[in-house]
Amino acid sequence: MLEQYGHLGILLIFAVIFPSLPLIASWATQHLKIRPRVPNVVKEDTYECGVETEGPTWVQFNFRYYLVALIFVLFDVEVIFLFPLALALDSVAVFGLVAGLIFIGILALGLVYEWRKQALEWV
Amino acid sequence: MNLPAAEWYDLRDLNGISRLITEWVADWGPDWLASILTGVIGALGVLAIIGPTLLILIWLERKVIARMQARIGPNRVGPVGLLQPVADAVKLILKEELAPRAADKWVFFLPPVLIFVPAILIWGVLPFGPNMSVADLEMGVLFLVAISGVNVLVVFMAGWAQNNKYALFGAMRVIAMSISYEIPVVLSLLALVFFTGTLSVNGIVLWQQANDVVLFLIFPMSALMFLFGSTAELNRTPADISEAESEIVAGYHTEYSGMRFGLFYAVELANTLAISAFFATFFLGGWWLWGLDQWVPSWLILLAKTGLMYFVFIWLRGTLPRLRLDQLMSFCWKFFVPVGLVFLAVAATQRTLLIELGWDPAVALPIYAVINWGIAGAGVAIYARTAASPAQRLPSRPVMARGRLGGLRAARELADAGSGD
Repeated sequence: MLEQYGHLGILLIFAVIFPSLPLIASWATQHLKIRPRVPNVVKEDTYECGVETEGPTWVQFNFRYYLVALIFVLFDVEVIFLFPLALALDSVAVFGLVAGLIFIGILALGLVYEWRKQALEWV
Repeated sequence: MNLPAAEWYDLRDLNGISRLITEWVADWGPDWLASILTGVIGALGVLAIIGPTLLILIWLERKVIARMQARIGPNRVGPVGLLQPVADAVKLILKEELAPRAADKWVFFLPPVLIFVPAILIWGVLPFGPNMSVADLEMGVLFLVAISGVNVLVVFMAGWAQNNKYALFGAMRVIAMSISYEIPVVLSLLALVFFTGTLSVNGIVLWQQANDVVLFLIFPMSALMFLFGSTAELNRTPADISEAESEIVAGYHTEYSGMRFGLFYAVELANTLAISAFFATFFLGGWWLWGLDQWVPSWLILLAKTGLMYFVFIWLRGTLPRLRLDQLMSFCWKFFVPVGLVFLAVAATQRTLLIELGWDPAVALPIYAVINWGIAGAGVAIYARTAASPAQRLPSRPVMARGRLGGLRAARELADAGSGD
């Protein structure tokens, strides 16, 4: 089984090399004087639709982003708990099924609560 | 399924060639060398599929979209424009690469490469045939979910490092949308895992083979959730708010130019190709096609189904307009998540009934299919009637003309009252 993960590790190495090749080719053409490399002050400005950028980049964000991330973490963790049950469903039979349904019901209850609290509205 | 080991010249199972080479190495070399060689052959095989297919897909996507919009599309470079992607690649390689002064240098350089890693790595668990995958993990579905979640980190790296407001806004939008749609995708796959009782990707294909049915017929809503959820995670057109040109320029890769931009462009196609392949595997039977896989190479069947799904993705792109962020979010949390939970319960119950009561799958599965299509239809109907009603989405209408005060009628009443005095 560990051998399989080793194969994935080899694939990971190739996955890093594959997108690097065009970048290396691009870098090589720059040193062969084929590709231009003439930086100047204006080119290296931060893009802001033609005007100089004002203020810091780290601006305030809508609180909704934080709320969505929070709900996501809740649901993701809860869903992960269901994976073992899915594999053991045959052996735990009806008792396990009922327990799983109750768990899904609690999940749904949480969703209803968030809905009622307007946490799902994106305004 | 225990196929006899294929001969090396058997095109139906390319594993034969790989085994021939590794056995030859094992004769004179150490075991670890043979194992590494197997991995290298698998990785090269995956890249041999992705690389050329990417080039063709760029042409295909532009051509099909053009045809759908009554244009001609690329037709100058090479026969019917086939060499257009090559010309594009050469052009991008020879373009000057700019990096803004304010950018965080190290974090700026990494994302174009890193964003490709999950796109290629998820091919590792995809079965191209009965025993043709780089790594046939027992928990392949979990691996798929975990790896596709890495995208979010890379997008945030890119958005943060450029020190550009548009890039940061784009990255935040993508992250909010990707993590939201990850829940429906996981729920749809979890329903399949509940029903088939295996976490292995190949196991799900074998289940479909054993029961002579494609899972799309039994779990239509899960297929829809996977399809639409993936388009959102891939930032493709029904959900490409990260690249809404009129609002935030090019989204999270605004400052990238030259080949670095090219990689961001190519990874979208690579991801779409991978998701098409996984959709074909989970819902359309993968390498299996009612016994035809005994005659035609199984990897060709998988690639044909992948091409079909890719066409569906292009079709969606050519048909649907871009949705707003709040529409996308409410569609995810108010429709997909509740319906996904319902189908989770349905799949678990149906599986337990099938096992406990010992029903014949040939009888039970059609009944399940009818029930599930019914539930899916009911879910769509309820959502369309209630949560998605236009009255809720649109701002409340101005009521001045109909109100007691103001408007023409009020003016007349005032005039009447004045004349009455």
